[in-house]
Amino acid sequence: MNNKDLLNLIDITVSFEGFLALNKLNLNLKKGELRAVIGPNGAGKTTFLDVITGKVKPTKGEVIFKGKSLVGRKEHKIARLGVGRKFQSPRIFENLTVQENLEISVSTPKSPLNLINKNIKDEQLNEIERLMKIVNLAQKVDSKAGSLSHGQKQWLEIAMLVGQKPDLMLVDEPVAGLTDEETDLTADLLKSLSGENTVVVIDHDMEFIRRLDSNVSVLNQGTVLCEGTMETIQKDQKVIDVYLGRPED
Amino acid sequence: MSISKFKFDKRIVLSFWILLIALIIAAPSLLPVFRLNLLGRYLSLSIVALGVDLIWGYTGLLSLGQGIFFALGGYCAAMYLQITSSSEFPNNIPEFFALYGVEKLPFFWEPFKSPVFTFFAIWIIPALVAGLIGFLVFRNRIKGVYFSILTQASLLVFFNFFNGQQKLINGTNGLKTDVTQLFGQMVGSESMQRIFFWITAILVIAAWFFAKWVVRGRFGNILIGIRDDEPRVRFTGYNPVIFKTIVFSIAGGLAGISGALYTVQSGIVSPQFMTVPFSIEMVIWVAVGGRGTLLGAILGAVFINYAKSLVSEALPASWMFIQGGLFILVVTALPEGVLGWIQGDGPRNLLQRFGLKRKIETYPSLEVNNKEGDNE
Repeated sequence: MNNKDLLNLIDITVSFEGFLALNKLNLNLKKGELRAVIGPNGAGKTTFLDVITGKVKPTKGEVIFKGKSLVGRKEHKIARLGVGRKFQSPRIFENLTVQENLEISVSTPKSPLNLINKNIKDEQLNEIERLMKIVNLAQKVDSKAGSLSHGQKQWLEIAMLVGQKPDLMLVDEPVAGLTDEETDLTADLLKSLSGENTVVVIDHDMEFIRRLDSNVSVLNQGTVLCEGTMETIQKDQKVIDVYLGRPED
Repeated sequence: MSISKFKFDKRIVLSFWILLIALIIAAPSLLPVFRLNLLGRYLSLSIVALGVDLIWGYTGLLSLGQGIFFALGGYCAAMYLQITSSSEFPNNIPEFFALYGVEKLPFFWEPFKSPVFTFFAIWIIPALVAGLIGFLVFRNRIKGVYFSILTQASLLVFFNFFNGQQKLINGTNGLKTDVTQLFGQMVGSESMQRIFFWITAILVIAAWFFAKWVVRGRFGNILIGIRDDEPRVRFTGYNPVIFKTIVFSIAGGLAGISGALYTVQSGIVSPQFMTVPFSIEMVIWVAVGGRGTLLGAILGAVFINYAKSLVSEALPASWMFIQGGLFILVVTALPEGVLGWIQGDGPRNLLQRFGLKRKIETYPSLEVNNKEGDNE
């Protein structure tokens, strides 16, 4: 652990009635880093995000974000501290328009009084316009988000995530169900976001992870199996065992 | 889609306003006092329906306990009227106390001697009670069907409490208001009832504007967000508990106003306002009129209740069947309610089915997207 770290997960254990979803997981993220997290089904990838965002309270261990402990804080408080999350299947507000979805994400402060009393600030409108250009949704401003294609929904959610201006972006399977072209564009988008932001991407898609060209953490059975660049990972015997199949017994 | 739909909405809203204002201006001279009084009552019920639409139609909170707040508003108004009209009774307290041998006014009646206090109590007390119940429930993340059951249970608690307290609020008999005096006039008199009708009409419009203001911008969008995906709202940095508490409290306040207006026009408030079927009816008005439309809540409350009184006069005892049937029809055939169906493509689809209108070649959304110059 050092000062440059944005996030430290220390010995995180999550037990669901005896089943260890996470088992003494340790992970450190530097500011501005892009990190991919991979692992087989049931390795604890989503639980790992749930712990950081406050949805699941760890049984043991500590989550330090910007020097503060996140354990026990409410989800919305953690979000306000600067942790943004994109869900596995696109979670957008389908009955609202693209514009309204983004308004929800960029509005600050997030108090009822501010929202009911005041109109959205001009700089926030400009920000929405910028975001819509980045994700190619400028023509869909007034369309209901529910009428977007799957890929557009994924991108809208990414735009909403960026609009929150989080220091840490947690992105869960952003390319599930996307075409190859969309996958490549998403990879480039995420790469361009890192540096200024710290981004954690969770995915299965090896091609996509390779394209991210980042450090990779491999999770297995609730703990970090190994960390390193894609090259190192692929040569690691433990990873090969887990991913390419153990001899059946 | 957005552009054409917007115009269509405007046309409905405009025609509604013209109809409503014409109705309100014409009603007192056209309708006999009996009918006018009924219309006034039903208009006051549309205010509680607006609240139901805010919490259920927009925020997804299906409350089966709005009768609590409705009755609280009614009791506040009735207590004031009873006290101000009690000078000729023994001990200068409302007449019913003598029946139970009560000689001293219970302490909580004291502030209702003040018209100013009562004016605020009618909506603030129900709003506070709703806010308190709401906060405790929402903080514990109770939602969906558990929330509905909890509100109904609370309703029963309030009903039983009010029903049993003869010495405090005349229990099951309730508090009469029609023979009380307000500003030197009998509340049940024709001239007073006319005034109440006007007040109700104005307050319905004011309540509609208020509800519209609540859901107008980002606040309303958050409510819709909570309805559709509450965890997502939370992870975006909003605290749904606060938003839900506020809107539940607003609905409680509206219910209180509604209850007070209904009480003075029906001449009595009693624990009957807190029966289970009545609170469910409120939900039915909104479901039939159209959830999340506000206007639908008003129209649903007025038309269903008017139909109820007309049907009950002609065929007593058949109304419950009709109301049940109406609800089943709406749930199965018009899930968006009548107004939601009109605002959607309902009428056009119906005409098409009978071959009276040209079919659209593709999905409407596709056609419009092309017009917008989509580059996909």
